[in-house]
Amino acid sequence: MINRKTSLILIAPALALLGLLFLYPLGYSLIWAFRDEELGGWGLQNFIKSWGLYSSDILFTLIIVTLSTAIIGALSVAIGGYLTLGENRVALTILRWLYRWPLFIPFVVAAQLMRTFLAKNGMMNNIIVQAGLMESLQAASFLDWRGIVITFVWKQTPFVALLVAGAMAALDRSTIEAARNLGAGRTRILFQIVVPQVATTLMVGLILSYVVMMSVLSVPMMINAQTPTMITVDMAWRINAYSDYGVANALGFISYAMTAVIAWVYLRQGVREGGSPT
Amino acid sequence: MNILRSTLTAVLLALLAFAIFGPITNMLIWSVAETWYFPAKLPQSYGFSFWERVFRPQGNAMESLWNSVLIALFTVLASLAVAIPAGLALGRGRLPWRALFLLLFLLPQAFPSIAVHMNIARIFYGLGLNGTYTGVVLVHTIQGLVFSVWIATAAFAAVDRELEEAAANIGASPFTVFRTVTLPLALPGLMASAIFVFLISLDEFTGTFFVGVPDVTTMPLLLFTASMEGNYQIASITALILLVPSVGFMLFIERFLKSDVLAKVGS
Repeated sequence: MINRKTSLILIAPALALLGLLFLYPLGYSLIWAFRDEELGGWGLQNFIKSWGLYSSDILFTLIIVTLSTAIIGALSVAIGGYLTLGENRVALTILRWLYRWPLFIPFVVAAQLMRTFLAKNGMMNNIIVQAGLMESLQAASFLDWRGIVITFVWKQTPFVALLVAGAMAALDRSTIEAARNLGAGRTRILFQIVVPQVATTLMVGLILSYVVMMSVLSVPMMINAQTPTMITVDMAWRINAYSDYGVANALGFISYAMTAVIAWVYLRQGVREGGSPT
Repeated sequence: MNILRSTLTAVLLALLAFAIFGPITNMLIWSVAETWYFPAKLPQSYGFSFWERVFRPQGNAMESLWNSVLIALFTVLASLAVAIPAGLALGRGRLPWRALFLLLFLLPQAFPSIAVHMNIARIFYGLGLNGTYTGVVLVHTIQGLVFSVWIATAAFAAVDRELEEAAANIGASPFTVFRTVTLPLALPGLMASAIFVFLISLDEFTGTFFVGVPDVTTMPLLLFTASMEGNYQIASITALILLVPSVGFMLFIERFLKSDVLAKVGS
């Protein structure tokens, strides 16, 4: 055992790094969101200006990220559920091998893959046309809000599915077997027995994904060149084009707020259900 | 009924395989396409001339590849330098407010990082750190800090204490015990955290975008620039170079991270 004083000395460098490179800039961003650098003084000017310029982008971001999170949740439950309750051995082996591929692929790479795949002349449309499911004249580019959602879902589903599948695998199987013996179908077992028990893990995975998607810059820049776009692009634009840190930080504050609302809704849900289910 | 269900499963799996491997295949084709003009479904000609452009010793791409690898190596060193002591304190020490400290390192994961990054860039600008390797390494280190600290903590917590006591009983000094018993036993976990941090640094985009400009270009930034200029061959080759270590790590992570260490992550 290392004594108390030595422990504090040992952890000090890591804490100093965290303080200097995270807490300090975080505080900076919170404070400077309220600073009017042109006139001097403090107030809500930056927020008024942000809303005036970018209200549609703020809503667009909220919708994109929420929709992506919902789809990721649904797919993760489906994948985890099949891995836990599926009976076809071949299908299980294939699925276990298949679903994790995008897990560590960076967003910027995923964006490039989708930029070619989802384009008007990309592989997705070509194959659908070849399969005779669509006329080539009907082919449309998916490089808009749908492209962002598809890229987010493609990249983040393996992460949440991995967490969910892990939690499901750790469940006590006797309740599942009991329900099965009583004649419950697989869908019913999944939603009434399995999902409620892994709800915490699922929510943690989804919230982490939500935060990550809220701060990705490369995907909206590379997939969706038109307006409306995500506020991350606006933040980079305010800084690179105008050195306008006030509006950029106000937008950053709004992205914190959108995350906080989600976290708060989740925590309140947990309290209402009488403590978080574990 | 059974045949119907099997067919449905097969169709769904095929769709999933298409969704996952379709985009990767499209990138692979682009990386060896010499000319590919609209509306052809496949490239008009194939070849490796773009690979030569990427790997030309004096080219931009080689420079950013070296930058990326160098920055990632220094990020690993910086992370281990702070994470090993912190992991010892959190995993083996008598630390007051231990849970609070663990949670503190998780904080960067709880905030959308872009707003923090642009303010780091502003602070670094004042310090003359923008556009320097040091600045980029520092930003990457903070990105990987929660993983390096948490995994190091778990690795040290999983070391069998009786082995350390046995070494101490036969007269080894505390530092000798650490060097000959604790550190070697924790090494697989520390290696896993080092590889993970290396990968995070290699793939990092937003922090480098704000802090690295205009002097430090890494692979992700090169990929971004090439893609935005419509140079899909260069972008796809760069994407492939970044994809290989990511997929390799995904396939082999279970060998690096043993279950006894994994079970202690965050506890």
